[in-house]
Amino acid sequence: MKYFPLVLANLGRHKRRTILTIAGVALALFLFASLRTVVTTIGAAAQFGSARRLVATNATGIVFPLPLSYANRLSTVPGVEAVTWANWFGGRYGDGKRFFANFAVDPVSYLDMYPELVMPADQREAFLREKSSAIIGKRLLEVFGWQLGQDVTLQGTIFPGDWTFTIRGIYTPSDAVLNDDMLLFRHDYFDERIGRAGIAGWYVIRIDDPNRAASIAKSIDDQFKNSSTPTKTGTEQAFNATFATMWGNVRLLMGTIGTAVVFAILLVAANAMMMSARERTGEVAILKTIGFRDGTLFALVMLEAGLISLTGAAIGLGAAKLLYRATNFNAAGFLPGFDVTPSTIVIGAGIALLLMLASGLVPALRAARLPVIQALRHVE
Amino acid sequence: MALVEIRDVHKTFQRDSQRIDVFTGLSIEVPEGTFLALMGPSGSGKSTLLNLIAGLDKPTSGTVRVAGAEVSAMTAGQLAPWRARHVGFVFQQFNLLPVLTAYQNVELPLLLAPLSKRERDERVRIALGVVGLEDRMDHYPRQLSGGQEQRTAIARAIVADPTLIMLDEPTGQLDAKSSQEVLGLLQRLNQEFHKTIIVVTHDAHAAQRAKTVLHLDKGELIEQQGVAR
Repeated sequence: MKYFPLVLANLGRHKRRTILTIAGVALALFLFASLRTVVTTIGAAAQFGSARRLVATNATGIVFPLPLSYANRLSTVPGVEAVTWANWFGGRYGDGKRFFANFAVDPVSYLDMYPELVMPADQREAFLREKSSAIIGKRLLEVFGWQLGQDVTLQGTIFPGDWTFTIRGIYTPSDAVLNDDMLLFRHDYFDERIGRAGIAGWYVIRIDDPNRAASIAKSIDDQFKNSSTPTKTGTEQAFNATFATMWGNVRLLMGTIGTAVVFAILLVAANAMMMSARERTGEVAILKTIGFRDGTLFALVMLEAGLISLTGAAIGLGAAKLLYRATNFNAAGFLPGFDVTPSTIVIGAGIALLLMLASGLVPALRAARLPVIQALRHVE
Repeated sequence: MALVEIRDVHKTFQRDSQRIDVFTGLSIEVPEGTFLALMGPSGSGKSTLLNLIAGLDKPTSGTVRVAGAEVSAMTAGQLAPWRARHVGFVFQQFNLLPVLTAYQNVELPLLLAPLSKRERDERVRIALGVVGLEDRMDHYPRQLSGGQEQRTAIARAIVADPTLIMLDEPTGQLDAKSSQEVLGLLQRLNQEFHKTIIVVTHDAHAAQRAKTVLHLDKGELIEQQGVAR
């Protein structure tokens, strides 16, 4: 501790360089935290899903619908407890620049299937009562400034026309990975407007035993195998994972280019730190003459490198954690639950320690091993 | 018993293929409490001798003993704490750390001793008082004159109360007035505080202040004045 003023004084020698070096480390670790959080968020989304929920889609592809009549047949499959359905709507609001998911759902069974959509009881009742009503995630209130009871009009893209809904409920997801910027409206209203009742985009099925998920899914698919519209059933997690795989290339980019950028910045910072230590060979000689031990000098240089690395890391990782949390960032709904995880913080701190070793070890060893008489030539 | 005993010291430098014999069997004794000036032309081995006594360099052969310890046989790991305890060193270029205040520069050797913050503070103030810089303790080296810088360096050399104070051309960078101040200070340290001082110098005025003067030429002792040896 008594050496701390000496270390601080050395860091203050070239204030601008020290600040820029810390800023470089902070930027690198901010980028690292951001990029890794994209990857972990996509990963978490792929993991989301109750073990007790299955999703059945058209075997030909998710864009093709299934008959609504399947609902009753699905509910009779042994092991099935409840069934609900939904339909992708793809409407847009205003200029359409701010994307958000919106789809038609069977109100009673859907809310029963997803207790994660938390909402006051009176709002839930209002949604169940009024055919043209909709419920929205709380984020849409902030994004568009909507209010409870307000009429909002979406332009249909798949199903053309202006679609006006009255906001009757605002849900808050109990799981951060679940989108908090969806608009859900009633399937019966959807059927009525398109005049083609009896189709569902996909079914969600709750089963009694997660251990039997595979056999129940097979039973469902077998039941419709010879129909005109066969199903493809899997766990909700697998269903979500198929969306996550769409990010495959983005994840690769994050993992490679992002890492390269981060390490390029770290190398520049490490070089600046090594240069700073090299410049002080003469002072190392003076300290050795005074009686400073090799080990003490080694520790002083490492402490200096550590202070720069860890301060930069604290700023970069702290800023990422606080900024994304404070702004409730979710990449316009594409990355719900975007939050820097503790594991990212730990890995970031590990990178900072590696940087400390990479930038401090060589000059620290050099300072420790430098023969005092040779070092003194830098002084004379 | 002499404080410094140098016996049959040989020192050879190898520069590329050239072998340079600085000392070939030098023997000197320096009694405790003396103020010794080492004089001689450039390349005569004055600074090398100083480095050998301070344990900054090792003889090729022979022994260097200081205060009973065989410095020439110590490892680098043993020499560092030994220097911290027994040697105060002053350079021609002052060599204060520019990022530290005069106070902090003087405090440096005390960081190596098991002293509390209060004890360190007390000693630093005394040392700065001895060199007459109590009012400059918060100044950085760039805010001090050359003479003040050298006095600060002397305060740093004496603050841990070392056995031996060694100075390499301490007045080489100073004007006449500052030189006299520094030399007067060294004389006072020797006479009032009974410090053993060895100073390498070209300055005849500096030599006049010393109790003993040794003249070296080509690594050999060619003349002595005073009581050494």
